Amino acid sequence: MRRFALIAIPYFWLLALFLVPFLIVLKISLSDLALARPPYLPQWNFGDGWEALRAFFADLDMENFVFLSEDDLYWRAYISSLRIAVISTVITLLVGFPIAYGIARSPVEWRPTLLMLIILPFWTSFLIRVYAWMGILSKEGLLNQFLLWLGVIGEPLTILNTNTAVYIAIVYTYLPFMILPIYAALDRLDDSLLEAAEDLGCSRIQAFWLVTIPLARNGIIAGCFLVFIPAIGEVIIPSLMGGSGTLMIGKVLWEEFFSNRDWPVASAVAIILLLILIIPIILFQRNEQKQREAEG
Amino acid sequence: MNQTAFAPWDDPAAKPLIQFRDVTKRFGTFTAIEGLSLDIFEKEFFALLGPSGCGKTTMMRMLAGFEDVTEGQILLNGQDIAPVPPNKRAVNMMFQSYALFPHLSIWDNIAFGLRRDRMSKDAIAARVEEMLRLTRLEKFARRKPHQISGGQRQRVALARSLAKAPKLLLLDEPLGALDKKLRQDTQFELMDIQETTGTTFVIVTHDQEEAMTVASRVAVMDEGKLMQVATPDQIYEAPNSVYVADFIGDVNIIEGKAAQTGDKVTIAWAEGQPDIQGTTATRTFSPGQTCHFAIRPEKVAISADKPDAPNALQGKVLDIAYLGNISTYHVELPTGAVIKAQTANTRRIARRSFTWEDPVWISFSDTAGVLLEH
Ligand SMILES: Nc1ncnc2c1ncn2[C@@H]1O[C@H](COP(=O)(O)OP(=O)(O)OP(=O)(O)O)[C@@H](O)[C@H]1O
Ligand SMILES: [Mg+2]
Repeated sequence: MRRFALIAIPYFWLLALFLVPFLIVLKISLSDLALARPPYLPQWNFGDGWEALRAFFADLDMENFVFLSEDDLYWRAYISSLRIAVISTVITLLVGFPIAYGIARSPVEWRPTLLMLIILPFWTSFLIRVYAWMGILSKEGLLNQFLLWLGVIGEPLTILNTNTAVYIAIVYTYLPFMILPIYAALDRLDDSLLEAAEDLGCSRIQAFWLVTIPLARNGIIAGCFLVFIPAIGEVIIPSLMGGSGTLMIGKVLWEEFFSNRDWPVASAVAIILLLILIIPIILFQRNEQKQREAEG
Repeated sequence: MNQTAFAPWDDPAAKPLIQFRDVTKRFGTFTAIEGLSLDIFEKEFFALLGPSGCGKTTMMRMLAGFEDVTEGQILLNGQDIAPVPPNKRAVNMMFQSYALFPHLSIWDNIAFGLRRDRMSKDAIAARVEEMLRLTRLEKFARRKPHQISGGQRQRVALARSLAKAPKLLLLDEPLGALDKKLRQDTQFELMDIQETTGTTFVIVTHDQEEAMTVASRVAVMDEGKLMQVATPDQIYEAPNSVYVADFIGDVNIIEGKAAQTGDKVTIAWAEGQPDIQGTTATRTFSPGQTCHFAIRPEKVAISADKPDAPNALQGKVLDIAYLGNISTYHVELPTGAVIKAQTANTRRIARRSFTWEDPVWISFSDTAGVLLEH
């Protein structure tokens, strides 16, 4: 009984916060746009009885999904989101790994401070940080002024409202999600393993590739998923920092929902996005579980 | 068997493989190794013995290249090894903590060093199989280190360090986690390997019996210094200090004032007790100098009647420790001193000659013990 209660709590949690909203969105995605409140049909109320329920189900259809597949804007948005997410994840890894490695190799008494510095930006609002970046990257921004002052450039660079700005902001925002799991993996790494590798004839660099990287693998995988999954659906960054050419599905979703007020199409977009994300989420869970087994 | 015994340390012309020259190692202000000089010769099986924290692992790590020498030099084949990085030294080390690669199978752990040598696949496989057989790990080859027991892990670490057949092999407590039977088998395996490959072994052990069994020479250490370096029998029979005598095996120490004539020494050690008669060929004691008489329990005889021996003392049995093949009697003398005497148990326990509180005589010859200054 106790065990059942223990298992029931997370399941109830999932049911209330994931499955129920998912079903609601799924239902909306199968509905038709209407001038009503809420802006879709059909609708069904508890008092309406069985006949109405049958009619209600008869009215649901896949129209919106068909529409999505016909208009190539959506496909391009999905593909472009995937591409941006993949590229940002790779850049975040390339930036984050050396930082995590540096922290893990630093003197023990320094580590809490360094980790603190990584987490610190999280204590200010995400929006404020994005606006700060806009201030830095804009034509008259700090970066351009600095480069002009150095004489590196003659003309101010256009960075804001391009894909470059989106990459910078995504990498900046999700960097801690990359650093922390990699750091955790590297921190557990026993120095004597590297010594053993050297003793057996490895150079420092070989020992890094043959011992450090494989043992940090799970941390790297976890970090990549933690960056990739939210990056693919990112809304605020492409809206505020991307240009007209920046196509991301989160932005499309936002526009369908708030500008077009086309809830059914917006829901269909969301459902497809979720289906795309389920694959990496399942892979991520697998990785976590494998790691737990390896340690257990 | 060679006619001449293996003893390069007695040969002034012999070139040592490893030379520690006045080596000091400090961690911050803490001195782990202090002014240590030592020669180890090719094909030796050299055992380091000493209490926990005396610097055994530190010496190994300096040889393997993981710790710098603070002062002094370590020479390998006459070359200072300080500038040689660990991966370029013809030295392999078995770590006290094993340091097995958790992401690799047992097989790959053992093959790790061989792969760095660009050996052919077949040669690597053959060598790994050989090592697995030697350490009886064939059944576990495909498992990961966390899927085997502590003793099995120790064997993997041993196999991995043996695999490359290095010139110098450093084993930091290689057999500590093994049961007695397997440990003895492995000891003989090590000696076999040593004889067939001519590898020089430096082995750290807490088990003095092990050091006695395998070593050509034993070094007893204390707080970063060498107390004595000698063959096992010399260490046992002729320790140079009370510390060494006490560290290796069981010993009775009797302290007194010496009076020497030639090689005969009489030691006045307690009022009302006969002086102890001893001999020393190497030491001279000034009259009245403090002297320690050290004698092993197995050299002390125990009897009911007064025996005819140069040294005979009366006491009563305080305690009996039955160890299967031998028994140790703790005999209390009238002065309160307790002397241990050992006898072989050739009879069944029920027919044992002495029991608690029995008055007995203990005796030993004048050459049975050693006389030590400190
Ligand atoms: N990196 C280090 N920093 C500071 N002190 C150290 C360091 N490594 C070892 N020591 C100290 O040096 C001394 C010798 O250590 P070492 O590991 O050589 O001992 P050991 O003889 O191998 O002991 P054990 O038998 O317990 O393994 C110890 O007192 C230890 O605390
Ligand atoms: Mg040690």
